[in-house]
Amino acid sequence: MLSRGEIAIVGAAESTRIGAVPEMSQIMLHADAALNAMAETGLKPADIDGVACVGPMMPQQIAHYLGITPKWVDGTGVGGCSFMLHVRHAAAAIHAGYANTILITHGESGKSRINATPRPPEPESLNGQFEAPFGPFGPPTLFPIPVLRYMKTYGVTHEDLAMVSVVTREWAGKNPRAMFRDPITVDDVLNSRMIAYPFRILQCCLVTDGGGALILTKSDRAKDFPTKPVYILGTGESVETTMVSQMKDFTSSSAFRVAGPTAIEAAGIDRKDVDHLMIYDAFAHLPMYGLEDLGFVRRGEAKDFIREGHTRPGGKLPLNTNGGGLSYTHTGMYGMFALQESVRQMRGTAPAQVPGAKISVCHGVGGMFSASGTVVFSNERP
Amino acid sequence: MIAPGRPKPKPTPETKHFWDGAKEGKLLLQRCGDTGKAYFPPRPFSPYTGTRNVEIFQASGRATLHSYVIHHRPVPGFTPPYAIAVVELEEGPRLMTNIVECEQTPEALVLDMPLEVVFEAMDEEISLPFFRPVKEGK
Repeated sequence: MLSRGEIAIVGAAESTRIGAVPEMSQIMLHADAALNAMAETGLKPADIDGVACVGPMMPQQIAHYLGITPKWVDGTGVGGCSFMLHVRHAAAAIHAGYANTILITHGESGKSRINATPRPPEPESLNGQFEAPFGPFGPPTLFPIPVLRYMKTYGVTHEDLAMVSVVTREWAGKNPRAMFRDPITVDDVLNSRMIAYPFRILQCCLVTDGGGALILTKSDRAKDFPTKPVYILGTGESVETTMVSQMKDFTSSSAFRVAGPTAIEAAGIDRKDVDHLMIYDAFAHLPMYGLEDLGFVRRGEAKDFIREGHTRPGGKLPLNTNGGGLSYTHTGMYGMFALQESVRQMRGTAPAQVPGAKISVCHGVGGMFSASGTVVFSNERP
Repeated sequence: MIAPGRPKPKPTPETKHFWDGAKEGKLLLQRCGDTGKAYFPPRPFSPYTGTRNVEIFQASGRATLHSYVIHHRPVPGFTPPYAIAVVELEEGPRLMTNIVECEQTPEALVLDMPLEVVFEAMDEEISLPFFRPVKEGK
């Protein structure tokens, strides 16, 4: 059985630039981040014996491009939280002895679309038959579909939802790498351009270019690296459906309710011990669903928790401290950037550092509530 | 009439009955032989128990509006603003659809409002199930 803190992140880096990076194709964004992560650990491609990245045929592309001969690969591709699942699978693989040093990479030319992955639903797929004919056009038309039901069930107002963007922007203001840093108000959000009612442009994630990479190994080896190790205490994963219309409960994600509590239980922590929280915010409702489904607040109480300022700078549960997918960056699969911020917070190197933070929970979503992965980190080995 | 450009579903062996039914103006669901519960999307076994003992039946076509977005950007085959809705059928399952014969506004589209199915043909092969508000007194 994998024990708490047995595996550590020893390398973590983003691509040299994020945002608009027209000078790099998608595969180079992977490689740029991987080279940065290897550089900070002093590792060479020959030292890596496991590779994980998202999607069919990608592990071999990345391994070959970087000159790695892996004896363990993982191409799990369940959307933007795939990297949380890669961390979970990599930790198990290292524990099992399948690999010693695993590299997880992400690169996505989401904005510049240089060699980007096309993602049209096939007309024979279930999404193609039973959703596409009714006019969804990308995540902004699909992800917010459950929101009106959530609002009606819990009496959530448009102003409550707008607060998520306001608070996230407040964090982004502290981060020089964030794409949008100017403060915004609830009125700004509610007067911004309508995209798909009830959501306006300031409630939708950015579309950017960027990459990220993580290197994992046994914690016993962590002292061999110059970086401060970040220990993995617990992980969780689940999936529900690719069709948002078929999610069982429009006010709660089944995948969240499995992945989050599984990770927290494995970590052996209480929710009140959590110093720092990342909840993948592709759209403004996700932090609310995450807070409730992971058990940080009771059902319907996320709106009050956020309005009362608990997730803001100086609040008791700092949330999305890099500025999130809403204001920092969002390549398409943002989960890697949420993980990077958790690692920075645990290393004590985040631009908006939470003083004395010891435990970070990083929660991802894939597709439209389609999948989920959660990782609990600490800078102290249990 | 359905405007050109809308993505057209391509039936598979497991979904053909649904689209054949739609062509005839029937909304066909399936029912689990073990639990008696209806399910969607189509598949030749029950997602509740795994039994292959399932039957196809015609749904009432009555539904309520479960949730939606109103899309404000142009998409081939659609004129914004248009609602992308999920309705809850009387039999339990939910499905994505468009709401027709109704203003595409938050004021007109009220959650839990009663709806009924109406089919429109894309071409000779495919008809799509849409939903419209049930008229007063009906």
